[in-house]
Amino acid sequence: MVLSAGDKANVKAAFGKIGGQAEEYGAEALERMFATYPQTKTYFPHFDLGKGSAQVKGHGKKVAAALVEAANHIDDIAGALSKLSDLHAQKLRVDPVNFKLLGQCFLVVVACHNPSLLTPEVHASLDKFLCAVGTVLTAKYR
Amino acid sequence: MVHWTAEEKQLITGLWGRVSVEECGAEALARLLIVYPWTQRFFDNFGNLSSPTAILGNPKVRAHGKKVLTSFGEAIKNLDNLKGTYSKLSELHCDKLHVDPENFRLLGDILIIVLAAHFTKDFTPACQAVWQKLVGLVAHALARKYH
Repeated sequence: MVLSAGDKANVKAAFGKIGGQAEEYGAEALERMFATYPQTKTYFPHFDLGKGSAQVKGHGKKVAAALVEAANHIDDIAGALSKLSDLHAQKLRVDPVNFKLLGQCFLVVVACHNPSLLTPEVHASLDKFLCAVGTVLTAKYR
Repeated sequence: MVHWTAEEKQLITGLWGRVSVEECGAEALARLLIVYPWTQRFFDNFGNLSSPTAILGNPKVRAHGKKVLTSFGEAIKNLDNLKGTYSKLSELHCDKLHVDPENFRLLGDILIIVLAAHFTKDFTPACQAVWQKLVGLVAHALARKYH
């Protein structure tokens, strides 16, 4: 999956428009993921996953920051997320299937809060971008 | 045996009552063909699918999207018997149309995003959870007669 110049432009513009709300989007994406795909909660036995959880908010912030970082270095996502990739391979070992689930939820959050932003073309580019991020984060698994 | 709570059924039928099957169906199918372009492989006879604009304006895409979502509406009327509702369609998709069931999952995910964009804050996490359950079960029912 290769990001075209058009995809990169779409992703950068999208994150530009999302701006400071990225943190909230990250938290809500996690909340939706836990509600929709309960098996994803197995990675967070140490978290309070109740509504409004400070831990989920904090973690959402981290997830969003990583996506923003990847978007800002979209020509070298692997380089930008190299440390996170190591972390996921060595310590977290989240099954690869789960990145798609979080990606779906992130798109839903964007759709809910910013439907006009999510034209079919931007939808396609963001979906590809989220796929690429998932691929990078699982690249060193074996 | 699928189990739906009264609340889940309400979240489904309540939202469905506010959906334009024609608009939503057209948009969902168009987005499927745009976001996952390999799905165009099933629609060689649909004419111009060369760009997002072409796809969105394509009358065959619109018509087929409406057909697909109308069928979805049937499932919603028969939530307790999805397998029965989709039995013949499942055979059709396997034996005649030769559609990989993965495509049903892709379309389901796209439909969720279309609904989210349409209903925005009304598409709560609880709502999303129920609808993802529904699209998953529909995909499963459509794949059930494959051999």
